Amino acid sequence: MTEYVSTTPGLFPLPDWAKSKLGDLKGHQKGDLIGGDESAAIASAYDRARSEVVDEQRDAGVDCIVEGQLRWDDMLAHPLTVHDNVDTGGIVRYYDNNNFYRDPRVVGDLTPSGDVAAELDATAELLDGETPLQAVLPGPYSLSELATDEHYGDEAEFLAAIADFLASEVAAFPDHETLFLLDPSLVTSPPDDDLAPGIPEAIDTVASATDADVVVHTYFGALEEKTYAYLLDAEFDAVGFDVVAADREQTVYNASEYGCPSDVALGLADGQNTLVESAETLRERATWFTEQVPSTDFETVYFTTNTEPFYLPVTKFREKLGALSAAADLDREVTV
Amino acid sequence: MARDADNRAQFRPDDHDAEHFLLTTVVGSYPKPSWLSTVRDLERESDAGFAESDLQEAYDDAARVITREHERAGLDTVVDGEMRREEMVEYFAHRIPGYEFNGPVKVWGHNYFNKPSVVSTVEYDEPWLLEEFEFTSDVAEKPVKVPITGPYTLARWSFNEAYEDEAALAYDLADLVNEEVERLVAAGARYIQIDEPALATTPDDHAIVGEALERIVDGIPDDVRICLHVCYGDYSRIYPEINDFPIDEFDVELCNDGYEQIDVFRSPEFQPDLALGVVDVHDAEIETVAEIKSNIREGLKIVPPERLTVSPDCGVKLLPREVAYQKIANLVSAAREVEAELDAGEIDLVAPEP
Repeated sequence: MTEYVSTTPGLFPLPDWAKSKLGDLKGHQKGDLIGGDESAAIASAYDRARSEVVDEQRDAGVDCIVEGQLRWDDMLAHPLTVHDNVDTGGIVRYYDNNNFYRDPRVVGDLTPSGDVAAELDATAELLDGETPLQAVLPGPYSLSELATDEHYGDEAEFLAAIADFLASEVAAFPDHETLFLLDPSLVTSPPDDDLAPGIPEAIDTVASATDADVVVHTYFGALEEKTYAYLLDAEFDAVGFDVVAADREQTVYNASEYGCPSDVALGLADGQNTLVESAETLRERATWFTEQVPSTDFETVYFTTNTEPFYLPVTKFREKLGALSAAADLDREVTV
Repeated sequence: MARDADNRAQFRPDDHDAEHFLLTTVVGSYPKPSWLSTVRDLERESDAGFAESDLQEAYDDAARVITREHERAGLDTVVDGEMRREEMVEYFAHRIPGYEFNGPVKVWGHNYFNKPSVVSTVEYDEPWLLEEFEFTSDVAEKPVKVPITGPYTLARWSFNEAYEDEAALAYDLADLVNEEVERLVAAGARYIQIDEPALATTPDDHAIVGEALERIVDGIPDDVRICLHVCYGDYSRIYPEINDFPIDEFDVELCNDGYEQIDVFRSPEFQPDLALGVVDVHDAEIETVAEIKSNIREGLKIVPPERLTVSPDCGVKLLPREVAYQKIANLVSAAREVEAELDAGEIDLVAPEP
């Protein structure tokens, strides 16, 4: 029987009080963004915000709890922008959004940093072993695409170095149930034929650093057929699809044509629109996908927003969180 | 195609001595005086004794001060620094029936805006900028430029809960912008800047922006200068398409990344006038006059001096006020020095003479 699990890809909107407080404490310029060496006052504000979003997820009944990645000023580029051997350049556009991050210019070896592990340690303490912890990282390809290489000199070598770096970060993580690797660049700028064979290798490198279930989550649209086929060569547990995007038929086609792991994450709730979908609508979207891929017996289906939800006002995000949780529970009630 | 941009002569000051004239301007926003924020906060507190009329007085005073500050910096065309506007989408959404607000969302770092949601058909109600323009015009001795957030950006940077797609929403909004521009022109406005930063985020939508601009300029006389401002994008994806837009001037940020993309505009020939960003608005370090002169010369690779306007990359509101002022003052000094060097024949022009 299929298990429905409500979760999110992390990268939450900051609670509104934290938006103002941290803006006051840190400032609003390029140089004021998170550096990994924040003051006690800033760290304390993030601790409070983290605790709040963990409580919110528990209250909403979400099955996998994330840290929220509230410190990730540079969104998915965060693990690099706080690294000692990375300089931050100008602010650049974050995919095709009205959002910006600092261009991470890698100027030295990507040694283990432990930055993300520290956040997860703090989250694990809040959870006290009761609720499954979900770790979140950028996928190696997306992180390499978001960065500028001024050290490794070769695209394939850079991708491999990023994968090694992410694996070293994962190795320092506390116990976690799932690891979401967010890899939207696979959709927005698919790897060329030279680089594509390196993608499964890079994912294997990261996935092999953990015993947790690894979900490679893609969004901002459907994968190209070829990219999807390469992705399936990697060893991981679940692939994540954007079921909201206008080209979702392509996603169904890929899954039908090339096969699909028995575990999938479905981006059902729109992370970029305030219109709150009902639990029933979310469930219908899930069924729309699973019923069109009859060749697969789905074991675990993660219900999530398609994109990171930091694009939303917190009020609407919280409503969506509740709807995702209810959508997963709705099915449980039906099957009991 | 680009409009006839002969309308720039009206902005040349009567006492401009140099033969050459580089039109100096700003994109719009400027740091607010700290006391304005204080008055705004106090007005929101019920027991602080500050009334709505006190806030309006503070807005007027701030608009006066900043318009004058722009003139003191030596600019040829000025704005009031958008003192009455909190944010470029919010300000308009508050005035357009059909929008609602659900709270702030992140743009970058700790910079947020109250991204509104469109929940029903958008409509024109009260004028948006008429009072702002009339007030600034009364204060200013220089011509006043009016920045208006473009319909594509108003559509794209809202959550669309009501329209079938963003194009349909953008076209409805473009008709409202046209109505507003008509009123501004009737009140004497001659320099309108349509801000479409969202085009940089979704460059494949250039045809939607083009159609929206056609609607905006419908019925607007040729002596009204229409500028389009776009920033922080991959311009190879919208050039040469912008040559077909019905605009007099294209204002673009390129200083931020050291003019890496300037060559994009060299071929085919650039059609509208170019308004080039020559100071970085996200870096508090003040560019020297010499640096800015070098930046201005980047623009001369694309258009001759007669078609070059110089401005900051974007609105300067996030800079400390004294830094914003000095950047603009240096921008003007640099433009005047380049004009003198052009008059003296000391600059070899790469772009073809008109």
